[in-house]
Amino acid sequence: MNLDLLTGLYVFMLAAFIGFEVIRRVSPLLHTPLMSLTNALDAIAVVGAIILAGEGKSTLATILGTIAIVAATSNIVGGFIITDRMLKMFKTSAPRKP
Amino acid sequence: MIATEHVIEITYLIATALFILSLKWLSSPATARHGVWAGEAGMLLAIVGTLMHHGLTYRWVAIGLVLGTIIGVPLGKVAMTAVPQRTALSHAFGALCVTLVGTAEFYLRAPDVPKFMMGVLSLEVILGALTFTGSLMAAGKLQEVLPQRPITYKGQNIVNLGMLAIAVGIAVMLVQHPEKMYLFPLMIIIPLLFGVMMIIPIGGADMPTVISLLNSYAGLSAAAMGFVLSSKLLIIAGALDGASGLILSVNMSKAMNRSFTNVLFGAFGQEQNAVAGEKETRPVRSASPEEAAGILAAASKVVIVPGYGMAVAQAQHKVRELYDALTKKGVDVKFGIHPVAGRMPGHMNVLLAEADIPYDKLLEMDDINGDFPQTDVALIIGANDVTNPAAREDKNSPIYGMPILDVDKARTVMVIKRSMAAGFAGIDNPLYYLDKTLMLFGDARNFVGLIVRELTGGHG
Repeated sequence: MNLDLLTGLYVFMLAAFIGFEVIRRVSPLLHTPLMSLTNALDAIAVVGAIILAGEGKSTLATILGTIAIVAATSNIVGGFIITDRMLKMFKTSAPRKP
Repeated sequence: MIATEHVIEITYLIATALFILSLKWLSSPATARHGVWAGEAGMLLAIVGTLMHHGLTYRWVAIGLVLGTIIGVPLGKVAMTAVPQRTALSHAFGALCVTLVGTAEFYLRAPDVPKFMMGVLSLEVILGALTFTGSLMAAGKLQEVLPQRPITYKGQNIVNLGMLAIAVGIAVMLVQHPEKMYLFPLMIIIPLLFGVMMIIPIGGADMPTVISLLNSYAGLSAAAMGFVLSSKLLIIAGALDGASGLILSVNMSKAMNRSFTNVLFGAFGQEQNAVAGEKETRPVRSASPEEAAGILAAASKVVIVPGYGMAVAQAQHKVRELYDALTKKGVDVKFGIHPVAGRMPGHMNVLLAEADIPYDKLLEMDDINGDFPQTDVALIIGANDVTNPAAREDKNSPIYGMPILDVDKARTVMVIKRSMAAGFAGIDNPLYYLDKTLMLFGDARNFVGLIVRELTGGHG
């Protein structure tokens, strides 16, 4: 599962391009939900924290890992809840628009 | 064993696809909620996949997940006006996670850390640490537990850049000599301080830019963490977040007419120094709620321009009643939204959507500006600088060049305002002295309420 530098940079570069293209299309209307959603997605860092706390290679790693899980999980849970709450509020005046 | 590893990789692959779809669906309000579901599904999949890793003990993981959920739920239920500080706080949490993981990884690997690894690890903790304290400061300012006024002193930029340079210098030393482990704590403490110093000179008006910029930093630190942990999923999620923050920062700096280098170095706020001096006592025309209601009812096209002052006065729901009353009379009502109308990008749209105003009536600056010459009444509620024609005409004005809503091109301009006090930037607004401008003095919520009563009462 090791990743060499160059592959990593390719992945990063492609993802950055996709990010720019996809996010450029997000209407300014939804920029606040966009930020709370990307924030929740960014909390995928929890994956690293879980391995750290779960492997328990050292006491320090377990402690820091656990705090990191708490921080990231609160972002995941809070981020998705608030994004959905915001998006639910956006309604059109026309019953259905093409 | 190998099978499990492959299954884990596949969950990450699917999660990545779901994350990209999630952002893609956010492009339109009609599909946006699917985006949230895709994001949730991807997240769940990735977490379940991770839990399948061989040799994990679940005790602390479970405690962390439960505690995080307990903290996260109330953070998801804050009022819409508090969304900016909540967002800043979540940038701080995200950065905290990244910094802690980076720290733990360093002490697990030291003193034998390969050069490349040490490089990305340094990037991860420097960005993480400065984003952590910077976001906490931003959240504190937005929540008004910290003074909103920018604090500046001589040589501020040199001090700040110097701190950053020292942190980078330490990182370079660690890359060359990872066995000098005593340097590592310094590489965290200095950026932590830098984060605080970076936000001190920034005033309330600049918050939309700052939040976007911190968003970008948080994303980049997570991507760096992806390199450290050899996780493509994390690199991609971090890159997406970083790109999003960057796009929003550029948008906001354009809307504030700030150069992008200015934003990159976090060195904004100087323009706040504009003095409120030369108190002019030019005459203005004012009107009563009855008169205002009469003019609005006689109009065929009205554009409402809301600013953060409207949200401060909690006037959104009254504005919605006004919208209803006018629409019922056959008046075409639209809203003109400046990109920096709220406390973060898109904030004003959320506040108006919460008040049940249909989103197809919310128009961005570029879309509405062409409409003003055909508009009978432009009604400004709690906005000031973003309507100031000096930004277009007066080369000496501190806000010259800032894109504004061309409300002065409407036939009649009405401004609801508490008093003649200047706005955020402390700049006088020539709009108020035009012949076509009527000042409606009072609390936004009260005043709009009175207009609504006049409109509905008069109709029977």
